[in-house]
Amino acid sequence: MAGSRADNGERRVTARRSDREEGPKRIGVLALQGDVREHVEILRRLGVEAVEVRSVEDLSGLAGLIVPGGESTTIGKIMVESGLLDGIRSFFYKGGPVWGTCAGMVLAASATTGERQPLLGLMNALVERNGFGRQVHSFEKDLEIEGFEKPFTGVFIRAPFFEDVGPGVEVIGKVGDRIVAAKGENILVTAFHPELTDDARFHEYFLREVCGL
Amino acid sequence: MDNSQSTGTFRVKSGMAQMLKGGVIMDVVNAEQARIAEEAGAVAVMALERVPADIRSQGGVARMSDPEMIGGIQEAVSIPVMAKARIGHFVEAQVLEALEVDYIDESEVLTPADEAHHIDKAAFEVPFVCGATNLGEALRRIGEGAAMIRSKGEAGTGNVVEAVRHMRDIVGGIRKLGVLDHEELMTEAKNLQAPYELVRWVAENGRLPVVLFTAGGIATPADAALMMQLGADGVFVGSGIFKSGDPVSRAAAIVKATTHFKDPKAVAEASRGLGEAMVGREMGDLSEGEKLAARGW
Repeated sequence: MAGSRADNGERRVTARRSDREEGPKRIGVLALQGDVREHVEILRRLGVEAVEVRSVEDLSGLAGLIVPGGESTTIGKIMVESGLLDGIRSFFYKGGPVWGTCAGMVLAASATTGERQPLLGLMNALVERNGFGRQVHSFEKDLEIEGFEKPFTGVFIRAPFFEDVGPGVEVIGKVGDRIVAAKGENILVTAFHPELTDDARFHEYFLREVCGL
Repeated sequence: MDNSQSTGTFRVKSGMAQMLKGGVIMDVVNAEQARIAEEAGAVAVMALERVPADIRSQGGVARMSDPEMIGGIQEAVSIPVMAKARIGHFVEAQVLEALEVDYIDESEVLTPADEAHHIDKAAFEVPFVCGATNLGEALRRIGEGAAMIRSKGEAGTGNVVEAVRHMRDIVGGIRKLGVLDHEELMTEAKNLQAPYELVRWVAENGRLPVVLFTAGGIATPADAALMMQLGADGVFVGSGIFKSGDPVSRAAAIVKATTHFKDPKAVAEASRGLGEAMVGREMGDLSEGEKLAARGW
């Protein structure tokens, strides 16, 4: 972990070697709405091939999928219309690794405390949308994350939190008693936006711990 | 409030706009319209008393909306609620911040309160979006603290021609900066009447440091897709939805065309059977005094 951040050259070499052994590793970013480009740019900086996912066909052959920040009601509606709601569930239940940031964390939950909306239901958790309040209460905060040596700056924008989680969900980050980062077998969620920072540690964590790359 | 948390940082303010990208923000005048917009897939709503087409036809001074009405809309939907303040009217902005609207639009659609000064937007915790007709104007607003820019277009006309002009000016201006050397950048900053540091940032990065939406005259799914292909990150639709024959279908269709703006088949599908679009206005029929885009500098 310690060396991998500083040395981009070494990481690129690693990526090329795995290409030779197992074919190219592509990570998809769901590109229906929201901050797609920020995720794509960090992935490319890490030497990973990043592709924008707009249809079910785009999911094939992916080594992982990021569901970015955006408006969860909008993304949910378009996912239903495009067949991606079922497509992503199927990708996930066949073992496909998924990371949801903010709106992606809402969509990953199995239930919401608010009005009904389309959810992927990939994680045994109850989510409170806009749990920290309206935009004037949006904030940045240094967080202690399980498995991270140094604090990570969380950028929270009208962010959700998990009020409760069920078996199989490991909590890795909290603000007070609110769950803001969690992990399952092949899923990661963060209520904040690592893609809005220059710190690539969460993207590396997803690739290493969840995608096994 | 936990003092290790910082609110109102530029990253939090501009980041909020990043979450709206690829989406449609709709003007609404009451809670029922707000629900229709949310149901159609809008990423946010803009709460205002009268849509621009009505401001045009009824005349008079257009001001910030009644807090009661804004509160009703905030209650009705879970998506972000934006509201407009008059150019330079920093007390209207303070009131909107106290109401906890998610974004303030310092807007030329309302009657300006100050002809020489825009609001000092950096002083607020709530983020601002501002209109611009060209790159220099966009960078001046960012210099004052705007966390999001929209091309102005000509609101309430149902005519996309001015939105196209302004978007081409901003995007073309950005492209041009990319080929200039350092001495030329200072001269260009002078020509643009824009802060040099921002001009240099744009030249190095090939985009604005904040999200760029489009507004003013978008009335059809094809209009929305046109603006996206010209480089907009997302679309504001004002009178175009609730002044049309079938707002429910048109709202959903504009969302669909904005999502799939590169796919002509999807735009064609979205454009089917929407009924009457709003009645448009020809630019030549507007007197100089009627042109809203000329407000602000």
